[in-house]
Amino acid sequence: MAIMFRTTKALESEIDEYLDDVSQGALVFVQGVKNYMNENKSSFETHLKTIDKLEGKADSLRRKIENDLYLHSLIPEHRGDVLGLLESMDDVIDTAKVTLNQFDVERPYIPEQFKNRFVELAETTSKAAEAVVLATRAFFKEVKLVKDHLHKVYFYEQEADKQSDQIKRDAFALEELELCQKFHLRYFALHIDTLADMAESVADRLSIYTIKRTI
Amino acid sequence: MIFIFLTSGLFLGWSLGANDAANVFGTAVGTRMIRFKTAAIIASIFVVIGAVVGGAGATHTLGKLGAVNAIAGSFIVAFAAAFTVAWMTRLRLPVSTSQAIVGAIIGWNMFSGSVTDTGSLTKIVSTWVLCPVLAAAFAMLLFFAFRGALDRINVHLLKMDFYTRIGLVLVGAFGAYSLGANNIANVMGVFVPVVPFEPISVYGLFTLNSAQILFFIGSLAIGLGIFTYSYKVMDTVGGGLLKLSPVAALIVVLSESLVLFLFSSEGLEAWLIGHGLPSIPLVPVSSSQAVVGAVIGIGLAKGGRGIRFGVLGEIAAGWVSTPIAAGILTFVSLFIFQNVFNQQVSKKVEYCISEPVIEHLQDEQLPVENLRQFKDVVYTNSIHFSSIIEKDAQLNTRQAYQVIEASRVTPMYIDEGLISTEVDTHWFSPGQVQALRQLVSKKFKYHWQLEQALQAQTDEWKQKPKTKENKLFNKNIEKKLNQLYRIFTVKTQEEH
Repeated sequence: MAIMFRTTKALESEIDEYLDDVSQGALVFVQGVKNYMNENKSSFETHLKTIDKLEGKADSLRRKIENDLYLHSLIPEHRGDVLGLLESMDDVIDTAKVTLNQFDVERPYIPEQFKNRFVELAETTSKAAEAVVLATRAFFKEVKLVKDHLHKVYFYEQEADKQSDQIKRDAFALEELELCQKFHLRYFALHIDTLADMAESVADRLSIYTIKRTI
Repeated sequence: MIFIFLTSGLFLGWSLGANDAANVFGTAVGTRMIRFKTAAIIASIFVVIGAVVGGAGATHTLGKLGAVNAIAGSFIVAFAAAFTVAWMTRLRLPVSTSQAIVGAIIGWNMFSGSVTDTGSLTKIVSTWVLCPVLAAAFAMLLFFAFRGALDRINVHLLKMDFYTRIGLVLVGAFGAYSLGANNIANVMGVFVPVVPFEPISVYGLFTLNSAQILFFIGSLAIGLGIFTYSYKVMDTVGGGLLKLSPVAALIVVLSESLVLFLFSSEGLEAWLIGHGLPSIPLVPVSSSQAVVGAVIGIGLAKGGRGIRFGVLGEIAAGWVSTPIAAGILTFVSLFIFQNVFNQQVSKKVEYCISEPVIEHLQDEQLPVENLRQFKDVVYTNSIHFSSIIEKDAQLNTRQAYQVIEASRVTPMYIDEGLISTEVDTHWFSPGQVQALRQLVSKKFKYHWQLEQALQAQTDEWKQKPKTKENKLFNKNIEKKLNQLYRIFTVKTQEEH
């Protein structure tokens, strides 16, 4: 019995740690985007490394959690749901990492008037990711609060859509840019926006799982 | 020969394990909260402990099968009950083993021409209705209480899982203990007076007496039933009837044990009466009926969706057919056993209304005038006898039953040797034993004569006025008297 209690306790803190990592990943992502826009190269590199580490750690934590859930046959009713939830949550931090990496590899040219708007977009998507992390925490700890967080996820996702759409329209309307540069701007607006889309797909799963979490 | 007879007791134990373990662990296994193997191990261990430790008190009573007065008859009754329950288990239906036994005993009564106490029949039928309704009501109440509480206190998903699991294991273990303690007398009780086991000491830690060894063997049979064949019924209880959540699974077993505890516990009744509190009326309850009722209660609390009424109908049909099938099977088997294998399946009981009987009945305020026409005539079929009395003496069924009980000839001889070997001096009070010793070498023809003789010696054998407070005391006196009748009844030649 004591062993089971210890396993439960350990798993609880592992899930918390995992969600911390995803949330932190979203924050680091915003900082990275800001650094790129401000052309603060060394800080950008540091954030790139941090998010890489966070993603790796989150991955191994997720595997351990999944393994322990099956090994000790815990939460038989919700095991599949929790696994799906953690895996789709993994896509959130993955997207953050990949996007930041793409900035590093492709070094897109961002005209001055677009820099702030990219930062704003990154902030909105990050807020969606943070809200979904809170919703997930609530799913485990206080299920009736899940809805309070979910509506924020949907709100920020729509905001991010609008912002990225505007960036694309303005980029293509600008005559002094080459077509390839316009494509690049559109491409990065899309990449950053994907983070909010990922958060939304986690939210969609959560809203169903929450209904299932009644006795 | 005794070991051949023992096999049907073991078969009954096996059937009991295969069917009744589902009442204890069905929902836990059905919701995958506890693995079948883990559940089987816990259930078996606690059934054995319950039978050996908790069943010891039941050695005073032989269980329901004690009503059958020949060992070969008990063999058939146990076999028929076991066969019926095993068949129902094959059909994945949770049924009551007790009802199978009562049904089989009624079959024996019909065959041997003994009157069936109508109480047994009403008990069976009322259990079908009363017990599930009570359990369903409890389950609904608990469901709403749990839902309300869980809305207020926030428990982590994993902690909830942990607490539910612990709850299921604890309630399950307790249920298995009660299962062993309450049912072992039915499985092995009749064999207690006849087995030739010597007491054995287990590593000098404790000693098992012959009854406990017998109960241990019986409980192993129950454990074997759990391991080999209980999964099917567990599946029906835990998932076939309604898809349950783990917390609902816990609520089901909780309400089941609450119903069993509140409505069948003599201990609780004694405690309440002892503290001047209003007592809860004891009603016939059975764990199989309670568990099904509780599952339905959860379904209703959830709005009635998801209950598989087809499965429910099958279960209800199983409840009705179990006692009937066991009764018919017993009747047919007894016929074959008696006529083909030439075994004595029932002892002939004589009924004779003699002068002392008439006087006794007169004291009991019965109209005896019309009974004089039957004076000194010996009857051997009590069913026949009962109908004659009812018709010719114009008595009602209850009064006729009283006459038959009083006129049953039970020759008894108070043997000094039997007092020291068979009478449990821890159970009987010193005054009661003293009164019995005064009667050494006396003979009695009717059981009430012994009772009166004992009461003449000491007030300790007298029943108290029929009030609620005295109910348990009087019941205890009755149990002790029945024990004495069994011990001192003169054995006929073929029994030696």
